[in-house]
Amino acid sequence: MSLKSNLHNLKERYKGKKMAPAFNAIHTFLYAPNETTHSGSHVRVVDDLKRTMNTVIMALVPVLLFGIFNAGYQHYAAVDAANGIIRQASIFGNFLTWENFIMGAWTVLPLVIVSYAVGLAVEFLFAVIKGHEVEEGYLVTGMLVPLIVPIDTPLWMLAVAVVFGVVIGKEVFGGTGMNILNPALTIRAFLFFAYPTWMSGDKVWVHQAVDLAGGPDAISGETVLGYLAQGKGAEMSYSISDMFFGFIPGSVGETSTILILLGGLFLIFSKIASWRIMVSAVAGALVMGLIFNGVVDAGWITETSKFYGLMSFAFWQHLIVGGLAFGIVYMATDPVTGAQTNRGKWFYGFFIGFISVLIRVFNPAYPEGVFLAILLMNVFAPTIDHYVIRGNIKRRMKRAKNATILPKDSEGKTQELKAETV
Amino acid sequence: MSKDIRIKKGLNINLIGEAEKTTSKAVLSNVYAINLQDFHGITPKLLVKQGAEVKAGEPLFYNKNVEDMLFVSPVSGELIEVVRGARRKILTLKILADKSQEFVSHTPLSPKSVKAEEVKALLLKSGCWPFIKQRPYDIIASPAVTPKAIFISAYVTSPMAADLDYALKGKEKELQAAITALGKLSPGKVHVSIGKGGQSIFSKMEDAEIHNVSGPHPAGLVGTQINKIDPINKGEVIWTITPQDLVIIGELLITGRYNPERVVALVGSSVKAPKYYTTKIGSEVATFLYASGVNTENFRVINGDVLTGSKTKPDGYLGHYNNTVSVIPEGDDYEFFGWNKPVFNKVSTTRALTFSWLQPKKKYDLDTNTNGEHRAFVVTGLYEEVFPMDIYPLQLLKACMVKDLDEMEQLGLYEVAPEDFSLTEFICISKQPHQQIIREGLDLLYKEIG
Repeated sequence: MSLKSNLHNLKERYKGKKMAPAFNAIHTFLYAPNETTHSGSHVRVVDDLKRTMNTVIMALVPVLLFGIFNAGYQHYAAVDAANGIIRQASIFGNFLTWENFIMGAWTVLPLVIVSYAVGLAVEFLFAVIKGHEVEEGYLVTGMLVPLIVPIDTPLWMLAVAVVFGVVIGKEVFGGTGMNILNPALTIRAFLFFAYPTWMSGDKVWVHQAVDLAGGPDAISGETVLGYLAQGKGAEMSYSISDMFFGFIPGSVGETSTILILLGGLFLIFSKIASWRIMVSAVAGALVMGLIFNGVVDAGWITETSKFYGLMSFAFWQHLIVGGLAFGIVYMATDPVTGAQTNRGKWFYGFFIGFISVLIRVFNPAYPEGVFLAILLMNVFAPTIDHYVIRGNIKRRMKRAKNATILPKDSEGKTQELKAETV
Repeated sequence: MSKDIRIKKGLNINLIGEAEKTTSKAVLSNVYAINLQDFHGITPKLLVKQGAEVKAGEPLFYNKNVEDMLFVSPVSGELIEVVRGARRKILTLKILADKSQEFVSHTPLSPKSVKAEEVKALLLKSGCWPFIKQRPYDIIASPAVTPKAIFISAYVTSPMAADLDYALKGKEKELQAAITALGKLSPGKVHVSIGKGGQSIFSKMEDAEIHNVSGPHPAGLVGTQINKIDPINKGEVIWTITPQDLVIIGELLITGRYNPERVVALVGSSVKAPKYYTTKIGSEVATFLYASGVNTENFRVINGDVLTGSKTKPDGYLGHYNNTVSVIPEGDDYEFFGWNKPVFNKVSTTRALTFSWLQPKKKYDLDTNTNGEHRAFVVTGLYEEVFPMDIYPLQLLKACMVKDLDEMEQLGLYEVAPEDFSLTEFICISKQPHQQIIREGLDLLYKEIG
């Protein structure tokens, strides 16, 4: 007996039982199911939700790998810096090394494992309780979460946040496809608001910066945005190419703009993510950045202002630091929580970019705004769609108004009725 | 007079097994059957008892809600079986055909000079009325309502569907008679759509407005054409009728006989020699299926095309409205890592390691596997690429699912039929039953607002 028929027999035996969804989730991972069409179209396209989610994960893998190397690189670079040595990043020289990889993998992979294990456990639990199939939404969420948290996030905090995010962010609304807020960002926001002392500041971004703080070996873990927010932009040693290629501290996956860009192009090419949202979000961020640059140029604020550092930051450079690019490509394009009409996507994306930079500049506690902007626009996405669809409805009503409707039957009974009621 | 309509959004599904352009006469069926599922929304009342002898064209039952609406026997013979389902619902009527056929004769009408009332009376009593369908609701037209226009689509874009210009060749006289006569029933126009550029037997028809349509499927669906030519508003009614049914109406007008003979395309990758057969409505599918032969044990027979047809069996019967019978392999097998490996031999509208975009002309051998499990709606923006109507498909489907009557009305449910959602259903990543959702939505709206 082959594996295929063994699994088939098991599936038949457990059909209708409580644990069937859990078994099927694993079974359908190995084999596409033997289900045939029962109503409507007799043939279907090959794409299913698993393939869609898998495509997003493929676009995330390069970012994850880079994040692993960068975690190690930033640690050793900070140690060097504490000893007075300024490193120049070079991809084959001091970046893609075993040393970096081992250090990075040792810190990043536990985040990935905890995120998937806890999140999928919650998903399976809900599927078994509610008797529906395990939906694939968490495959992507589970990959996004470790990429958007600071490297030294304690694993227990991550586990608590994942439980919160999956239950409150998704399952209470009815599971994948029904949620209002992006679950990955709900997890990120929970971490930020529940443990603010851990999640902000200049230490969590580089491995061991927190542990060594205050000691003789103290290392710095400040992000680019952190420097700018404190008006210490001049002290920063990162070049534009460092920012673009990603040799800077930050959340695990958000630093390498070039890999995010390639991932975004892949998602657009494979038609999985909406190019409308990505393009308009970039436009929104640039517009807001230009406005702030204009404010600085006009001399309305001076160098003494605490917003000066970020406001004077060149508008286009906002796209290559912090989590903006990552958020635009992988989080804003979540089809469930984003705007669902093509026209609505333009507005939705634009405001994400616009508000991201706005929050980034004005947030006193934490110089990053993209996850708050996306969550905010998640809430407003249905409103945007509502107005777009109203347009279609109005057009239809106008058409009906101009039409001369024939009497309901050939004898004109309805017309007579109308006359009577008048 | 002719006008051009160009459809840009859509998708042509090229499948292996298109019918070769040769026609054979199918073996005469012993038993003919009328399948009541073909007539959506009617409540049948039998007029003859089991065992009764009927002539071809003699009424078998009528619609309880519209008593003039008669349904007739395709052949003369004995009503041998009334198949009933749950709650004694009548499912199928089976008639054992006589050796020599006797027809019910009606007085022929001259389409040019006839009055609307005479046409209507003849269509009703001859049993041809059920060929006329109405929108909204996609049901058999109500004889009491005057439609604002009549639409006929002679442009075929459905996968593997019968080529009308071939199948209806030589029937120009009947088609013209039917178009002229039907035109009397509406103060509006009779719109006939033909493929642009091709030579259509319809291009010279009189008493009709000819539209040249071009573009991918669903450009050939009558709903798409209505939406582009004269969309339905609330309170308006449009009638639609298929060309193959026009031929039967035309013959009735000319000869006074109901002759349910038609040319049917037998298609699909499971058929050894896909081609055309002359047969009658209600014939057993096996009478021509095995003449062409099948090349697999495990196949599905579909009354109609693969997107909108209904499932039947080799010993099932040709449906009332179909001129295509599709036979494709069943896909009831597992596929190892079917969800993530690169796919070259199946159709996809994305490029997520699926490569059908590389060869848009390639013909595919699709089976009935769903290629995934049923999920909630997740992905957005894909339906719009294949849905040319000025309607938001995802939002309309959701309105139907939550039974929001106001939304259903406002988003344009009056304008659509389930078949208009066959292509969005085909490409649906969440494997949602679109046509069923729309059908249930239409039924609800009919019940509540009617």
